[in-house]
Amino acid sequence: MQDFLINQWNNFTNSFYRNFIEDSRWTYLTSGLINTLLITLGALVVGVVLGFAIAMIRTTHDRTGKLGFLNAIAKLYLTVIRGTPVVVQLMIIYFGIFASVQINAVLVAIIAFGLNSAAYVAEIFRSGIMSIDPGQMEAGRSLGLNYSQTTWKIIMPQALKNVLPALGNEMITLLKETSVAGYIGLRDLTKGGDLIRSRTFAAFMPLLAVAAVYLILVLGLQYLVGKMERRLGKSDRR
Amino acid sequence: MIAVKNLCKSFGTLDVLKDITTEIKKGEKVVIVGPSGSGKSTFLRCLNLLETPTSGEIWFEGEQINSPKCNIDLLRRKMGMVFQHFNLFPHLTILRNITLVPTTLKLQTPVEAEQKAMALLKRIGLADKANTYPAMLSGGQKQRIAIVRALAMNPDVMLFDEPTSALDPEMVGEVLQLMKELADDGMTMVCVTHEMGFAKEVANRVLFMDDGKIMEDSPNPAEFFANPQNPRAKEFLSKVL
Repeated sequence: MQDFLINQWNNFTNSFYRNFIEDSRWTYLTSGLINTLLITLGALVVGVVLGFAIAMIRTTHDRTGKLGFLNAIAKLYLTVIRGTPVVVQLMIIYFGIFASVQINAVLVAIIAFGLNSAAYVAEIFRSGIMSIDPGQMEAGRSLGLNYSQTTWKIIMPQALKNVLPALGNEMITLLKETSVAGYIGLRDLTKGGDLIRSRTFAAFMPLLAVAAVYLILVLGLQYLVGKMERRLGKSDRR
Repeated sequence: MIAVKNLCKSFGTLDVLKDITTEIKKGEKVVIVGPSGSGKSTFLRCLNLLETPTSGEIWFEGEQINSPKCNIDLLRRKMGMVFQHFNLFPHLTILRNITLVPTTLKLQTPVEAEQKAMALLKRIGLADKANTYPAMLSGGQKQRIAIVRALAMNPDVMLFDEPTSALDPEMVGEVLQLMKELADDGMTMVCVTHEMGFAKEVANRVLFMDDGKIMEDSPNPAEFFANPQNPRAKEFLSKVL
């Protein structure tokens, strides 16, 4: 029994050494992690900014009847982006649109994942804005604020609070979706684990390490979102 | 102060207001009564353009407010409105509910706005609630805050849209009391209400609306409630009194 355990332990340490220490293979994971974080953060910014703009166009159209042309474009955008897989969009943008241009693959990934995330963020924001009682807009307007002042000071703070859980969800999804970035020859975290596997022919340990890193990142995100929720939720206490 | 000429309003094929012409003078306390669906609330909401009239003219202090040239945001500052469901801003403290608009529009400095808000809160006995959130207040307290929030803008006229209809019965008195004090201070008021007692006591003019029209316009509320001229008004009062 003791021999068995010692044997197992030795196997583990040998495998660990071969997969991560030998030839500094751990750097596949760290450099991949940096790319994954860059893509996620960049795409998050693109997604939130563009998604917010789309949500404003859609709700302004629904509430006032203006911006008909922009609203039609926004609806088409949502249909196309949400109707096709992100990995296909990524490849279309890299191998199609930017085929003849020298461009950093990370930048392409940021654009592709950002454009994709924007469609989902737009609907999240829209549901948040629509969830606010129309009486709030009327109260703001009746006091003399204009449409955009009321939107910024009264509607958005409440809408943001309502959509925070869904927005956190989208951030987590985005982080994990970037794992297909390897399709355009980009060395992200997942690809890093894959490269180790191709050197050592061990599948289990590198993939387990990759999974653990994603999990830790998601836990960090969850913590941040939870903290923000508590901060914005202080007006709910009775 | 407010002049309404041939006002019509339709929602789709439904005609809610049918050719209403009337005038509201400074200092008047007008109470609008009538059965539900008669167009009372729509009429009130047309006065500050929360509803856009289908046709007709509305004039406020010498300006036609439903003309494209008019900046309605400027005129609304002078018309306070109180809603059935209070519509306090739930994400802001009571104090901030009152000071938000005067400071955002730079009509008052933050210090001035705060002092004025505290003075108003003291007057209604809710100064201790300044830093709490609307969720912690009772309905009656919320509605009184909503009234002083409108007063903080120094309006020339106050519009009330069934201000006590969403309140528990024991809360109605405190809100009506505040409205009565406002009336005694000389505020011009237009109030849609089902509180006939309040109408009798405070109003100096009653409009009875039915089917999108003003059926009876009485400068003497006591006389109106005792002896309505219009047959529909008679029928309505016999049901509610």
